[in-house]
Amino acid sequence: MTHGRQSYDGVVAVCPVTIPYVRYSTHSAHWWLGRALYELLRASGLQKNDVDGMCVSSFTLAPDTAVGLTQHLGMAPRWLDHIPMGGASGVVALRRATRAVQAGDAEVVACLAGDTNHVDSFRHTVSQFSRFAQDAVYPYGAGGPNASFALLTAHYMAQTGATREDFGKLCIAQRDNALRYAHALMKKPLTLEQYLGARLITAPIHLFDCVMPCAGADAFLVMSADRARALGLPAVRVLSTIERHNAWSQDPIQQRGGWTMDADELYALASRSPQDMDFMQAYDDYPVINMMQIEDLGFCEKGQAPQFVRDHTFTVEGSFPFNTNGGQLSVGQAGAAGGYLGLVEGLRQLTGTAGGTQVAHAQTGLVSGFGMINYDRGLCTAAAILARSEV
Amino acid sequence: MTQPLSPPRKKDPVARTRQPTLPPSPRSRCAMGLTRAAALGRFELQVCAACQTVQYPPREVCGSCLSHDLAWRAVDAAGTLLASTTLHHSNDLYFRERLPWRVGTVHMDAGPSVVAHIHQDCPDGARVRLISRLDRSGQAVMIALPEKDTPHMADDPVLRETSCDPKFRRVLITDGKSAAGQALATALLDAGATMIFLGDPQPWRHVETYAALVQDARIQAVTLDVTDTDSVQRTAASIGGKVEILVNTADMAREGGVMTTRDVNVARDALDTNVLGLMRLAQHFGPALCARAADGMRNAVAWVNVLSVYAHMNLPSRGMWSASKAAALSLSQCLRAEMRPSGIRVINVFPGPLDHEWEQLTPPPRVTPRALAQAVVRSLQQGIEDVYVGDVAQEFCERLAENPKGLERELGA
Repeated sequence: MTHGRQSYDGVVAVCPVTIPYVRYSTHSAHWWLGRALYELLRASGLQKNDVDGMCVSSFTLAPDTAVGLTQHLGMAPRWLDHIPMGGASGVVALRRATRAVQAGDAEVVACLAGDTNHVDSFRHTVSQFSRFAQDAVYPYGAGGPNASFALLTAHYMAQTGATREDFGKLCIAQRDNALRYAHALMKKPLTLEQYLGARLITAPIHLFDCVMPCAGADAFLVMSADRARALGLPAVRVLSTIERHNAWSQDPIQQRGGWTMDADELYALASRSPQDMDFMQAYDDYPVINMMQIEDLGFCEKGQAPQFVRDHTFTVEGSFPFNTNGGQLSVGQAGAAGGYLGLVEGLRQLTGTAGGTQVAHAQTGLVSGFGMINYDRGLCTAAAILARSEV
Repeated sequence: MTQPLSPPRKKDPVARTRQPTLPPSPRSRCAMGLTRAAALGRFELQVCAACQTVQYPPREVCGSCLSHDLAWRAVDAAGTLLASTTLHHSNDLYFRERLPWRVGTVHMDAGPSVVAHIHQDCPDGARVRLISRLDRSGQAVMIALPEKDTPHMADDPVLRETSCDPKFRRVLITDGKSAAGQALATALLDAGATMIFLGDPQPWRHVETYAALVQDARIQAVTLDVTDTDSVQRTAASIGGKVEILVNTADMAREGGVMTTRDVNVARDALDTNVLGLMRLAQHFGPALCARAADGMRNAVAWVNVLSVYAHMNLPSRGMWSASKAAALSLSQCLRAEMRPSGIRVINVFPGPLDHEWEQLTPPPRVTPRALAQAVVRSLQQGIEDVYVGDVAQEFCERLAENPKGLERELGA
């Protein structure tokens, strides 16, 4: 079922970096992306000219694209990509960059995602998010993603019997994890009473189901395993990746993502099964999407995620470590960097650099992405299985 | 079930009047097809000519077979409400002032899923019917209504916001001595209007039916001659702040074309009433109307011009009059643009020949004043922007789209 796909052998991801998130920033996206590249060079010991490939994701870089950024940063890459896939950007950047290095089109690719967040910039992003959103969603109450996910959540709850307590358990577990992560914007524990009693935003979405828009950047490097070894960098192997866009377009409302089309191939190419995963980093702009990913990536049967949630703790030291740095729900959503948050955390877990959030003996993990509510559903899905590299 | 609206209280003169805001209006050019249909009170979506797939949101090419032959057509508006939510938060000022607000996902029998405003009488999972309506920004939106009418359903906030319902509103009819004006007064009262200001352009002329109408306590006679700037200004100063709907029925209709008329005096008089009259009204009543466009449940909502279908193409036997109506139509488009920031809807009514004394020699079918009045009420209730009244007007409209040159020849025959 792998359609003769090549492995990603010989290429690794290294140097996960995060520019600490802030609620609001007076800087532009260029500043955040530039800081991320600076930190990548510092962490790797490379010079700017050693980086000959660049991959950029950002919602607030306009009017620039990755092209403008090369001049802004004084880069001369021979391989350049701009990935506007929101929450799927991290995994997609990884799979693009890995193939580029494997094919010799680039030697070192800097994968960058970052966004600024001015006061009121979220409203502008939402109102002009897509043509379909402009024509057919925003005029209907201008609720933004809260409204879109409220509809998906209401439908999911009606179909599966998921309760607010189930969603709350995930949010609280992620908050517990976030308390171990220095960059998380949420610093206080969350109780079930607080979760259930929170302000109603858009039924059934309440305050703690929502991510906090913020500014920040995340980044990593992709290079050959040999190069990483020569630089003395702890590295992560890519066992398998998938992506899919606009899957199941005939479903009248989203209750499964594109992962279901590709999950078998994901595990087959990696020669792993869901049970082999030591952690999962899922895209969590709302808890319902966590549940969908847990189901669609084969950790339980379709519609059984509520029971799966009741059966596990999701904490760093408990059963099924999940969004171990707290995820966007507790760290914050720094625009497109939200699509990198799980990936850089996965890279930290597998390079043994996760610090307080380190899952003991983590060898293999799954990172999943979900992005772009273009109209009524998220269009982009992606996932990667990563493994610790034996040095 | 929808609770009926209560009669509005007297306006608190000390309270600040809420300023108008609009729901988000940007749309792609393609999506304007929905607005075009909604302006006429129709429900249309794009249908692929090659594979019949119904498209939504509006597309440039078929999402199924990629054909670019997509035509706007009437489609089955029935569907099922899959999920709904009530917004308690919005990123937009207009909706923030109107929370909580209900939206949902409707799976149409015709295929697409539609994010729509949801009437409160539609439970989740219910069968619904979609309509498209112009919202306050003037752009079309989809609204899911219960499959069958429910009591007081027009009082639901989403319908009240997207219509110009006369219920509990006060209406100025500029010429109450015309047959159309009098029929409108009765029809608007029947539709729940609380007060009619019935314009009297000629107090010296006794009209029995007018005198009878103003006996009704809900009808107040006001002197208003649209050809007299002082008259318009005086009346606006007196009642302008109490008018929520203005219906301009002032009309000077005369026979005759261009060459055989010996002078321009009648033409000048017709333009003075039909064109400059509209302008004087707009100058003196327009600003007050716009200022009260978000003034609570009894906000100012609409400006209605009773024009003629011959505003679109000249009827040579009434050539000068047709020209004045065409000029009024053009002016109304300007007024519509000027009023758009406030959300006041400019409704143009295009009847065929009216059944009144000035059409004595016109053969049937003619539009009775009562039918005209009912069409105006319906367009207010349904928020329709362009209204074609009667068989002549409907047929005219179709022929104008099919072959305007052919229509021009026939009108001149």
